[in-house]
Amino acid sequence: MQTARPSNLDLALKDLKNGISSIHVWLMLGWQEIRQRYRRSVIGPFWLTISTGAMIAGMGPLYGRLFGQDISAYFPYLAISFIVWLLIANLINDCSNAFIAAEGFIKQIRMPLTIHILRVIWKNLIIFAHNLAIVALVFLFYPPEPGWHLLQFPIALLLIAVNALWFGILVGLLCARFRDIPLIISSVVQVGFFLTPVMWKADMLGKHIWFAKINPLYHFIEIVRAPLIGGGPTLLSWGAVLTITLTGYVVMILVFSRFRARIAYWV
Amino acid sequence: MMTSVVATNISVEFPIYGGKSRSLKNTFIRAATGGLLARDAADHVVIRALNDLSFEFREGDRVGIVGHNGSGKSTLLRTIAGAYEPVSGAIDVAGKLATMLSISLGMDTESTGYENIFLRATIMGLRTREIEPLVDDICAFSELGDYIHMPMRTYSSGMSMRLAFAISTSFPADIVLMDEWMSVGDAEFSIKAQARLRSMLDQAHILVLASHDEQLIRRNCNKIMHLDHGQLVSLDSV
Repeated sequence: MQTARPSNLDLALKDLKNGISSIHVWLMLGWQEIRQRYRRSVIGPFWLTISTGAMIAGMGPLYGRLFGQDISAYFPYLAISFIVWLLIANLINDCSNAFIAAEGFIKQIRMPLTIHILRVIWKNLIIFAHNLAIVALVFLFYPPEPGWHLLQFPIALLLIAVNALWFGILVGLLCARFRDIPLIISSVVQVGFFLTPVMWKADMLGKHIWFAKINPLYHFIEIVRAPLIGGGPTLLSWGAVLTITLTGYVVMILVFSRFRARIAYWV
Repeated sequence: MMTSVVATNISVEFPIYGGKSRSLKNTFIRAATGGLLARDAADHVVIRALNDLSFEFREGDRVGIVGHNGSGKSTLLRTIAGAYEPVSGAIDVAGKLATMLSISLGMDTESTGYENIFLRATIMGLRTREIEPLVDDICAFSELGDYIHMPMRTYSSGMSMRLAFAISTSFPADIVLMDEWMSVGDAEFSIKAQARLRSMLDQAHILVLASHDEQLIRRNCNKIMHLDHGQLVSLDSV
């Protein structure tokens, strides 16, 4: 007796569901990757924190002067912008290689493909948590304005992780098939650092502020950054991020349904 | 639920994106080894590793897969394992699988032997609470002693294999997939390992073993599947 075959959509949704519920696997693999890299180092991932901190400490006064900014406002802005940028940029780069790097697993055993993306997200969240030490230090000197708007920070961070999932599956899949894409992406991310308001502020553009606003990365940084440096993000940023989230998931599910089974042949 | 593997008209094709060669255009080449080379609808070179296979494995089956290099043995094992999904046809696998295709997959040389037990067993699909009761048995069987708390990079290759073997054979499964018979360790350890492997295989409802060794297959299997160029030549009981 044959039961009806599950559709490609069912299989893709099942992969997502089983991948997310295999939390013990991706938590372990994410940690594993960090421990592997820093196994014999005394302070481990805090080396990243130190190098990021040194970069911010060096750039802060210099660019503050170049842009003619008040240092007490510019310094926390730069510190938070920079570590949020690092989170997003590393997520983009790691996601594009996630399936390619998991070739060994994908070709040998049945495992939800979603796990390989969640592992990358978890790893980068751990690194981000280490970098939060810098934010804590900066806040010692330039405390944030207390208020309800601070609550938007964890929600914004969660939204970044949620977006990394659709982005990782979609782009990881494309990168597995077309091996030029990871190279293109890493170049775009490099240029993106200068074109996105990380070191500079969107309002420095004056009437050309539209240039920042059409950049999706600006809105992702803004929803994390704005709650910490007073004010809170604009409705435009929240709206842009939510629109991208929904659109991203729709596109990802369509593409993932169609090509999920092909990934094992591509990696 | 009865353990079974049922394949209906399954084909597996590997696209070769770097392999566009004019001489292959619109031709089928039958090489001495390997699957059929062909072109798909989008004009990519593809290797048809499995071509329209249908078979059924039931409880009690001990299937030996034979065929020359590139005949599709490993691809078939990976397709049963669920890593490759057939481009056409369907395969239904009912039962808990143990894939012995790469027994150290997921292990990490910088981690200790003890940590690797959890890494490897998690990759094999076990939960932490299921792994904990197995740890003593794995440590004892692998005879690593205090080395179990040392990073695996300090192990000799034989020691790493012992550990990987001990973990992979530490819990029963309904269906066991093996690419060549596993043998590990020196003469003395090898005897112990064979006994452990046997007892795991005896508990399994279905064994699928790919090998070049006809003698070995005749000793251990009650069905022989012969593959050639990804085609099923014969599937006979012996």
